[in-house]
Amino acid sequence: MIRIRTLILRRLVGAIPVLAIVSVGGFFLLEAAPGDAVDAYVAGIGGDAQMIDELRQAWGLDRSAAARLGFYLWSLAHLDLGQSVTFSRPVLDVVLERLPNTLLLMGSATALSFSVGSLLGLFAGSRPGNFRDRFLSIGSLALYAVPGFWLGLVLTVIFAVQLRWLPVSGIETIASGKQGVERGLDVARHLVLPVASLGFIYLALYLRVMRAGMAEAWRMDFVLAARARGVPRRRSAVRHVARNALLPLVTMLGLQSAAMLGGSVVIESLFSVPGLGRLAQEAVSARDTPLLLGIILTSAVMVILINLVVDCLYALLDPRVGASEASA
Amino acid sequence: MKTLSRLLRSPEAVAGFALLAGMAAMALLAPLLFPADPLAIAGPPLTPPFETWQHVFGTDRLGRDVLAGLFHGARTSLAVGLAAAAAAIVAGSLIGTAAGFAGGLADEALMRVTDAFQTVPAFLLALAFVSVAGPSLTTVVAAIALGAWTGPARIARAEILSLRERDFVAGARVVGMHPVEIALREVLPNALPPVLALSSVIVAGAVLIEASLSFLGLGDPNRVTWGGMIAEGRTVLRSAPFLSIIPGIALVLTVLGVYLAGEGVVEASAARRSFA
Repeated sequence: MIRIRTLILRRLVGAIPVLAIVSVGGFFLLEAAPGDAVDAYVAGIGGDAQMIDELRQAWGLDRSAAARLGFYLWSLAHLDLGQSVTFSRPVLDVVLERLPNTLLLMGSATALSFSVGSLLGLFAGSRPGNFRDRFLSIGSLALYAVPGFWLGLVLTVIFAVQLRWLPVSGIETIASGKQGVERGLDVARHLVLPVASLGFIYLALYLRVMRAGMAEAWRMDFVLAARARGVPRRRSAVRHVARNALLPLVTMLGLQSAAMLGGSVVIESLFSVPGLGRLAQEAVSARDTPLLLGIILTSAVMVILINLVVDCLYALLDPRVGASEASA
Repeated sequence: MKTLSRLLRSPEAVAGFALLAGMAAMALLAPLLFPADPLAIAGPPLTPPFETWQHVFGTDRLGRDVLAGLFHGARTSLAVGLAAAAAAIVAGSLIGTAAGFAGGLADEALMRVTDAFQTVPAFLLALAFVSVAGPSLTTVVAAIALGAWTGPARIARAEILSLRERDFVAGARVVGMHPVEIALREVLPNALPPVLALSSVIVAGAVLIEASLSFLGLGDPNRVTWGGMIAEGRTVLRSAPFLSIIPGIALVLTVLGVYLAGEGVVEASAARRSFA
């Protein structure tokens, strides 16, 4: 366990400079945006010149850029992400309110793409080069070429407009008064299309990594030895080859988290899922730069945490990982 | 020549290049075949596809010709995809080369910046950049490149680190070449092939991000984009789904063409290397 504790500590310390760079970059983005927070605030509710001056002083916007950067980083260190202009509430509150929906969407999509992708990869990789493998490989490439939002629209046309099996948008039926299990089922029904549009595309990636890993593992000595001992091909495909190919898939889980967060912006906007991604789109259309920046910082923290969890998982699965770091 | 003939023997690669050639032809021929403004009204609104010869793929809500939009949209898609990928690869290889050669503190600082860029989802970064800088062709290209340069930078750096210990670099140093000249003329050309192997993935990603941006209404408003056409059609998805579906197919075929062609080239050149 020391091994994993060292790993976590190292990762957390390493995350500090990365988050600092993201914050400073975000500050310059705020600076480059036309108008400041007060302009946006006053544009919404109106106000005279005196009030504008007072607000600038109160929010520290009358000071030099260096002082503002210092003030900004100081507030960030206290978990103060500033005020959202459109919601007139602290950015952190708005972001935390939307986060669970995005986590639910991403978690379900990841589960879908990981399970179906690795299973299909197992089929493709159990006999590399045969017809089934070629079909799955090209099919996965074609799937990976599909933009998520377009897949979402096509699925909407088929399942929501033509067949009327599933709802078109939202996360649950509004004011349905449903509780408990019934409400859970309602949310699940609403999430089928968004999860499918987000998950099916990344499925291709897991399939390809699994297939490539298996194709390589078939040539390894211990697999050849097992085959020579007379272990049936089908059994060694699952017990020896697939088990070895699974480890790189775990790494993909972490690598894909940033891409999936980005993809959820379009998917959530398309299906009106009230999550972080849709919030980003709302922030852009309302020119609410502090909110947009808060979302970017939250996403960066999420990507770091997801990768941390994946690294720990990896270390648990593979005792070689981190062993040298702990002893050093 | 050997690589080329190997390339032509793979049906996937041939299909990929055929798709790309078709898209390139569409992009180049657009102003000749459809000289009129593709954003102007060309006929009655919402003509279904395959009904009149004048509008083979029908017209949209405002009576704009879908086929003309497809041709002009190919121009935007390919131009943005190629320009963004080129910018990302050039910037990434230069930064990676600089980091690999400088070493020490500069290397550490550049790699932390690379980490930071990889931590922020590329699409969110592009969204934020376009929303601050305003939507135009150049800002969209810059926004996409901003999220894509990290891959080439990492690979270039890793290549430089292994190459700079080789004998021919030591030789160049002995004959008195300037370090910058060694970096750019001796090492970088040798580090490029692995970086270029990434290019198909980067071009495909750039085309997809451009489409997503314009789908959300953040593309250049003065140009036809496939993403914008799909968003346009979404308002009449129930009555005229073809308006969203047709440009999406063009998008899928383009990205698929890029992937297939890229994979074909990598496989053909890998085969050459293993025989040599």
